[in-house]
Amino acid sequence: MNVRKYLATMKSAAAVWALCTTCAFAETNIEFIQWWEPEMPAGALRGIMDDFEAANPGIKVKLVSGPYSSTRDQIVVGAASGTLSDVVGLDGAWVNGLSKQGAIASMDSLMADAKYDQSQIADIVKVNGQSVMFPLASFVYPVFVNLDMAKAAGIETMPTTRTEFAAAAKKMTNADKNEYGWVLPLALQNPGGIQNDVMSWVWASGASMLKDGQPDLENEAVVGTLEYIKALQDDGVISPGIFAKKEQDKVEEFVNGRVGMMVDSLAHINLIRERNAKLNFGISALPAVDGYTGKRGLPYASWGIGISDSSEHKAEAWKLVEYLMSPEVNGRLVSIANAFPGNVNAKPDFSKSDPLFEEAFKIFQSGTLANEFVGLPVAEDLMRDMNVEVQKMFDGQQTAKEAAANTQKQWLVEFAK
Amino acid sequence: MNSANDILMGTHAGMQKPSAPKSRLRKQGMLSYKTKKRLVPFLYVAPAAFLFSLLMLFPMITVFRYSLMDGAIMKKNAVFVGLQNYVTIFSDPVFWQSVGQTLYFTVMSVVFHLLIGLAFALLLNTQRIDPTLRSILRVLYILPWLFTAVIIAIIWRLLLDPNGVINSILIALNIVDFKVEWFSSTKTALHALTFANIWAGYPLYMVSLLAGLQGIPKELYEAAGIDGANEVQKFRYITIPQLMPIIISIALLDFIWTMQVFPLVWMTTGGGPIHATEVLSTYTYKLAFSSYEFSLASASAICILIMSMSVTYFYIKHQKAR
Repeated sequence: MNVRKYLATMKSAAAVWALCTTCAFAETNIEFIQWWEPEMPAGALRGIMDDFEAANPGIKVKLVSGPYSSTRDQIVVGAASGTLSDVVGLDGAWVNGLSKQGAIASMDSLMADAKYDQSQIADIVKVNGQSVMFPLASFVYPVFVNLDMAKAAGIETMPTTRTEFAAAAKKMTNADKNEYGWVLPLALQNPGGIQNDVMSWVWASGASMLKDGQPDLENEAVVGTLEYIKALQDDGVISPGIFAKKEQDKVEEFVNGRVGMMVDSLAHINLIRERNAKLNFGISALPAVDGYTGKRGLPYASWGIGISDSSEHKAEAWKLVEYLMSPEVNGRLVSIANAFPGNVNAKPDFSKSDPLFEEAFKIFQSGTLANEFVGLPVAEDLMRDMNVEVQKMFDGQQTAKEAAANTQKQWLVEFAK
Repeated sequence: MNSANDILMGTHAGMQKPSAPKSRLRKQGMLSYKTKKRLVPFLYVAPAAFLFSLLMLFPMITVFRYSLMDGAIMKKNAVFVGLQNYVTIFSDPVFWQSVGQTLYFTVMSVVFHLLIGLAFALLLNTQRIDPTLRSILRVLYILPWLFTAVIIAIIWRLLLDPNGVINSILIALNIVDFKVEWFSSTKTALHALTFANIWAGYPLYMVSLLAGLQGIPKELYEAAGIDGANEVQKFRYITIPQLMPIIISIALLDFIWTMQVFPLVWMTTGGGPIHATEVLSTYTYKLAFSSYEFSLASASAICILIMSMSVTYFYIKHQKAR
């Protein structure tokens, strides 16, 4: 009897163990590396992941979060060692290198298997014809204008053309009072100033720095933009210290009322309000060349998403990507992040956001997203090369034409690799 | 100690029968007693050697290996290319500019660290200053040493901003009549950066030299005074020779450390404007984490290692001589 009882207990234990093991095996854990969690309100991204887990029993998501730069380094190292997380938060500037390294997977087959409607995606970033990244949330860069400074300078309307912008910047400048019309950050640590504050002028006028996927920096639009910016410097309307100025310095000067206008991310609206609640400012699309009537290119930075090629759970990873890109979840995520959606059907709720977001959304809808650095090889290095050449131009060592030609030479070398 | 020896020799009570004769115990085991005895020192240093190999030697060898490969880390099938990466960086004019600027930055920093550190140490050692004031000065002078590189970079970025305090003072005193762009001008950036580094690093010298000054026997000065030596002569013939071993030691160490300074340079100028403050550490960093050229970055890192090791050689020689 005792033996029977013992055997029965053993059988039950074995059954429970087998059941637990089956459950454990049935559960798939995927990692999601990104830099977004620290930039969102506490628990916001985790909340979305919890909802995903509830909707997809058997998949657990582990968030691997950190600041932007350390996340980038982690991704580079993970890509090299084959230990990259299943789902990867991507910046357009990294995509080409990671793709060439074979670190991020093409999502074409996953989309085909899932019969995914690609038309709902605002932009699909491709490298060598393979879809490797979806911009999940986009942060548009309009021109921020200090309305009080503008009013004091006698400026009634937001500048819409380059001529109007230059005139407004000139009027707002009063060097004796440390007030300047515009601020341009060209520090070399993060050469993003080239993308956001220099080349954005080219894209705003519908022009391009590429031709057939190759550098085309000696074209009239690029050289003209460099000449325009140099003219602003010669007029003394740019806040001094350009070569050592970082993006945060730019925002700081605007917050303190030392500059009248800046090109900046919408993501900074809340920050500006927090730092100086009394600052009266507005936004407008980046001015275009005089006479331009086409759609305005809107420079943007994005939170991109992709899947690691070394992932053993690509199907589950795709489910998470699909979930985050769905209209409802995408709308919810961008509403929290104060960004614009990656899904064209998503409807962000700006009712609780700053009124400027609604205005920005109109600018977003009337223009087109433009950032030609997305998907380029060693994009950050390209920006740095150009940054150095633009600095030489500002330093009087070369003309705008020479700066463009020298950058072109360096870029061609990078593109040929 | 004895217990450890016993274990290593295999003679611990727990391992052998207590009653067994010693000669029999020695014969037991695979190794002879002599061999075991010879192995003892190696076993003592084994943990340290293992850690050194794991944390220092292995990364160094790996970096050296990378420097001989094409597309290390980034290519799955990186191939051996010999010294090609070294040829590439040696033919880059920015590399040589970085070498020159690294040497300027390092030599100026070491020289001024020494001069300022020695001056402050002498000031804090003198009996002519009120003890309370001396204590306050001691705290004030050591402050830069307590700040991290990030704080130092922020402080000097703010102070040397075109609209910063330094410019305001200089303009108010009519020394300059325009806003100097200290970190943003190719003419001033390297000097401004070196200045910030000098400010951040002199307290090491000050503390070390102060300790050295306090250790100089007073009798030497008394004897020199009796012989008619003046203050300058006492300084030249007693103070400096007495401090020389400390000066050489910290100067050599400072030279090695300063040559590798990265955070301060990166956070103030990032190697710019243009390449005006490019030093070997920023040059290497950009190759690795901006261009993703890890092989070239490794070659550059090996060059820094060789330069540091050449100074280390003198340091070790000096230490042996002492």
